Amino acid sequence: MAVCIAVIAKENYPLFIRSVPVQNELKFHYTVHTSLDVVEEKISAVGKAMADQRELYLGLLYPTEDYKVYGYVTNSKVKFVIVVDSSNTSLRDNEIRSMFRKLHNSFTDVMCNPFYNPGDTIQSKAFDSIVSAMMVQAS
Amino acid sequence: MSPTQWDLPPELCCRPMAFVALTGLDVTYNAIHRAIWDAFCANRRADRVPISFKVLPGDHEYPKCRTKRTSYEWYIPKGILKTGWMNKHLNLVPALLVLFYELDWDDAVWKEKQSECATKVEIVRTSLQGRNTKVAVVLIQKKTPLPPGEDLVASERAASLCNACDLSGKSLFVLPHTDHLVGYIIRLENAFYEHAQTYYYTEIRRVKSHKEFLNKTTHQLLFVRHQFKIAFFSELKQDTQNSLKYYRTAYSLVHELRTHETNMLEIKTMAGFINYKICRLCFQHNTPLDAIAQFRKHIDLCKKKIGSAELAFEHTAWMSKQFQSFGDLFDEAIKLGLTAIQTQNPGFYYQQAAYYAQERKQQATHLCAHEASVSYPTPDHLETPSGALDFYGQRAWRQGHQSIDPPHMEKEKGGILALQMKEKDVPHSELIIALLSNAVAQFKKYKCPRMKSHLMVQMGEEYNHAKDYTKALKLLDYVMCDYRTERWWSLLTSILSTALRCSYLMAHIKDYITYSMELVGRASTLREEQKSRIEKNLIKVLMNEVPEAEPDCDQASAKAAQALWSDRMSLAGSNEFTIEVQDYVPFVQCKAKFLSPSFHVDDPVQLHVYLRADCPHPVRFSKLCVSLSNQEYNQLCVVEEPCKSQDILEASSQENMCLVPGKTRIYSFKFVAKTEDVGKKIEITAVDLMLGSDNGRCVFLNWRGGGGDAASSHEALLAARSFKSRGRVPEQHVEWDTVSIQASTMIISRIPKISVQLSHEPPALNNEMYRITVSIQSNEETVTKDVKLTAGLKPGQDANLTQSTHVTLNGLEMCDESHPALLPDIAIGDLQPGEKVEKCLYVRCVTTGARIFLFHVAYALSTKVEGKDITCRCHKDETVTIETVVPFEVAVKFVSTKFEHLDRVYVDIPFLLMTDILSASPWPLHLVTSQLQLAPTMAAMDQPQSQVEHVVLQTGECASECFSLQCPPVLNGTSSVASGQYLISWKRKSWCADAPVVTTVTTLPHVMVETIPLYVHAELPSFGRVRESMPVRYHIQNRTGLVQDVEMSVEPSDAFMFSGLKQVRLRILPGAEQEMLYNFYPLMAGYQNLPQLNISLLRFPAVSGQLLRRFLPSRIFVKVHLQCLAKARFVQYTTDCCPMDRVSHLSCRSLQFIQSDHGPLGCISDQSSPCMS
Repeated sequence: MAVCIAVIAKENYPLFIRSVPVQNELKFHYTVHTSLDVVEEKISAVGKAMADQRELYLGLLYPTEDYKVYGYVTNSKVKFVIVVDSSNTSLRDNEIRSMFRKLHNSFTDVMCNPFYNPGDTIQSKAFDSIVSAMMVQAS
Repeated sequence: MSPTQWDLPPELCCRPMAFVALTGLDVTYNAIHRAIWDAFCANRRADRVPISFKVLPGDHEYPKCRTKRTSYEWYIPKGILKTGWMNKHLNLVPALLVLFYELDWDDAVWKEKQSECATKVEIVRTSLQGRNTKVAVVLIQKKTPLPPGEDLVASERAASLCNACDLSGKSLFVLPHTDHLVGYIIRLENAFYEHAQTYYYTEIRRVKSHKEFLNKTTHQLLFVRHQFKIAFFSELKQDTQNSLKYYRTAYSLVHELRTHETNMLEIKTMAGFINYKICRLCFQHNTPLDAIAQFRKHIDLCKKKIGSAELAFEHTAWMSKQFQSFGDLFDEAIKLGLTAIQTQNPGFYYQQAAYYAQERKQQATHLCAHEASVSYPTPDHLETPSGALDFYGQRAWRQGHQSIDPPHMEKEKGGILALQMKEKDVPHSELIIALLSNAVAQFKKYKCPRMKSHLMVQMGEEYNHAKDYTKALKLLDYVMCDYRTERWWSLLTSILSTALRCSYLMAHIKDYITYSMELVGRASTLREEQKSRIEKNLIKVLMNEVPEAEPDCDQASAKAAQALWSDRMSLAGSNEFTIEVQDYVPFVQCKAKFLSPSFHVDDPVQLHVYLRADCPHPVRFSKLCVSLSNQEYNQLCVVEEPCKSQDILEASSQENMCLVPGKTRIYSFKFVAKTEDVGKKIEITAVDLMLGSDNGRCVFLNWRGGGGDAASSHEALLAARSFKSRGRVPEQHVEWDTVSIQASTMIISRIPKISVQLSHEPPALNNEMYRITVSIQSNEETVTKDVKLTAGLKPGQDANLTQSTHVTLNGLEMCDESHPALLPDIAIGDLQPGEKVEKCLYVRCVTTGARIFLFHVAYALSTKVEGKDITCRCHKDETVTIETVVPFEVAVKFVSTKFEHLDRVYVDIPFLLMTDILSASPWPLHLVTSQLQLAPTMAAMDQPQSQVEHVVLQTGECASECFSLQCPPVLNGTSSVASGQYLISWKRKSWCADAPVVTTVTTLPHVMVETIPLYVHAELPSFGRVRESMPVRYHIQNRTGLVQDVEMSVEPSDAFMFSGLKQVRLRILPGAEQEMLYNFYPLMAGYQNLPQLNISLLRFPAVSGQLLRRFLPSRIFVKVHLQCLAKARFVQYTTDCCPMDRVSHLSCRSLQFIQSDHGPLGCISDQSSPCMS
């Protein structure tokens, strides 16, 4: 299960960011922020013509000593980042994919809310609970 | 930096090369020897064999060889690898020893020299006792040797020398000291290289042979040692593939060793060495993925092998070094051509190394926090008798000890304490910063700007820990704006907090204020109480007091900072700061707007400044001023209140100067624009807000332009999208987000109260003096002065129009080229209220097409605005598009006297010129007159007179004229001649009599003139009468200088009987005329074809009868005989009953019959077509 989940706007500022060990929140913020380098590179590597057929799931962005960072970019260039503990070997690629899919669905629901302004930080309870379900339960 | 305990030994990091020792060379005093030595070692290129050479004296002592062990049964190894071993085989024990000796084959004292050489060989052999080192002899000779086999003396003596020295033939070399020294040397060293390879091969075999004596329980260390040695020898032998294999075996053996606290460091050290070798070889073999995989495995295996908890920092130091050296290897491989990618580059390893270094620092501060009373233990347990360790990775106080428990608890404690004390002196921050900056350089290269920023933040924080605040601030300042533009407020807040701490500790007032401002503002994610604390500190600074210390500062630094602040406070001056807040997110937001994008000069300019504070407490300011592009207005846009009360937090008596958090405050300014500024833009160049007071410290927050900051544009965008903006906002309450900045306005001239009307009759006719009447009426309430009219072609159109348009005020004469297209500033004078003036303007358009005409009326007027008298200039523009068309079209054609179209005319034969004038004007045209101006090549038959004089043409009507002309003879047979010009004078019918007449000239077309040899013309009455004879006379003129033979015949016709010569052949003299007389007797009424006259010229077959017939009438109108008229009624009846087609099909004969019985058919012929002739 994830230790940090983030939603980043098209303009690369955070819409939502949540991490498990709350005391080290800042470190996760930095991790997510730096992972945007790889995301940007991966998006730009896909040519303009191919942009329609691009896979949304970007896979493992980069491994750090302690964490694995996965990325996902919607067609409107909203980025999802999931950080997983390196020691957690039980998580397969497929499971990460399904986590992203769930996240994307929930995000779509948020966007469909007429009272939500695109570009504002996400404060939806439904989204929050979906994210909580995917996070490592803080012990 | 001096090498530390954790640096890898240089002998491990170098590339092992076969070691060959040279003796017998005197490189200092002997020039020849020097040259030989230089050829060996100077400028070795990569294509030379890998050998490291060393010159040693003949009696050099080599490391003693230990007596070979025959059994390992009772042997217990003391460690894995001796510290001196690698160096010994790299630099001390040669694979080959080469003895140089000067000896020519034909040396006079050969015997003596041979034995001396043998002695020398013997000496080195003895010093290498027990080693497998090969010995070779090189004879330095002065003479060039003969080809092998030819010099019998040489081969004989070589054999005897080998014998004497106990050398094989392969170990004796000859080096002739001639021109090709380098070539010989290269051949020599290749031979040496082979010998060295053999040596290392035997060494490998020797080490391998030990294996059978080892057992797994006591000799585990030896397994590792032997594998390492084999691998190292393989490397020396340049057999890197096998070497890699052996190192891998050694690596797995290291991890099979039993680990406990006492030997953990030794195992890790060796594992690190072997791992380094493996990675290095993998990169060398261009298999970087293998290297990375090996390194990952290594880290995973060793990560948990922390060893003694009291020396945990040793483990992190070692880990850091592992990452760093792998990063170095990776970087080196890249320099040699490897390509790295964004997600796999040396930067990550340096970064990780830095993390471990940071961890090491934390552990060190935690573990080495001894009390001051604890001193460095004596005796120093870290001292060893030799000054170095025997084995890699062992403790100085228990070298060679391999059991699980430390042998001496007291010594152990002392040793650990000594290590901890030493760790205290390590410059941790320096190490961390060096690693981070390495990583930064790498990430910069691999397009990771955010990673780079992150690392720079860490560097900044490390500098902060190292108390180098200036550098810390420099780095943090540099990256802050990246985080700000990316809107990562949480990260920005953390950086700002660090920066604030730094600036506090340095008592750097301006920075302190800047950072506080942003931390208090809306971009900061700090909690309210934190913001409140910072704001209070900020206010203290503004009141020239010392702020509270930042939390997380250590006591000593905070104290020093307090002192620094007090010093700053006591200093006079430099109490005024201007902070450009545009690029920050300050706690006061500002937006300035002109209420309209343009103002008329007689309206006051209105300007609003919106201010809003985001801080937790209300804030008071003492001055707000707006700077405009025209500085004269600046004094009008100031709000100021001398700050009397000291406390900025107190609500002011004038609520005006206090910003309440979350409330938007509006300051409005109003001023009258200067008349000079009409047509100019007024811009807000800056808005300044003064905080604090003159007697304390004042800070100007300066917004460039109309306000806004680093975050406001995005907020405005979001607000525009927001559903909230669509809701209704109560009056007076201003929604901050909906306020948009309007930083500039135009001053435009006053609205003119004057009417300009145009009356004219479009379209304009080409070339006429087109009249446009302009009427100007003043609707102003006061006198308009200095009214001026500018009229004419509007500038900026096609340049050709300027050439072809002429404007004048005088309508009585035609204007010409000298008249301009635009008449500027026609003075009209003053106009009283309600007065009206008319002005006529005449325009002559030489070409057709549309033109835009401009009528610009300008005047001056005095008025009062806000109690101020101003003179404004107003103007009104009126434009009109006028189409110019041609008034009429003239068509000209040449016809014969029979009105047949002519494509050529004949000399001296009259023809007609017909002109048609077709009116295209929508207005009636008065044709005053027309005139034909003939070219000399044309002559009029009579005096041509205009037939269209004073004719008035309505639209679409046509006037025609006809002139009879003749061409005088031309020189050669045929030529094209000019006809002349046709002039039409006209004007509009509607215009008065004295309007000028326009003359339009039409050039008549050229015509082909031809001379003909024979001219025929007929003389006959204008009509005939049925059954009445009519005489027809044909005149035939010979126009050549030759006698013409003419054959003539008259063809019979149904309509006529005739008398005369039916066929005749004549001869006509030059210039003479022949006359032929016929009597025609018409048989039928109506238009009848005359009997056809055929003429053929025998001399001019080209002149056909057909051509000549054109000069003759072809038919004639035959009237009814008077007696027949009575029967006409009956014929009418017959024709009515008889279908027309039947009539047409009747034969001529039957017609004749009808005619003879019932009278002529003339009554049914078409008599309506008039005959012009």
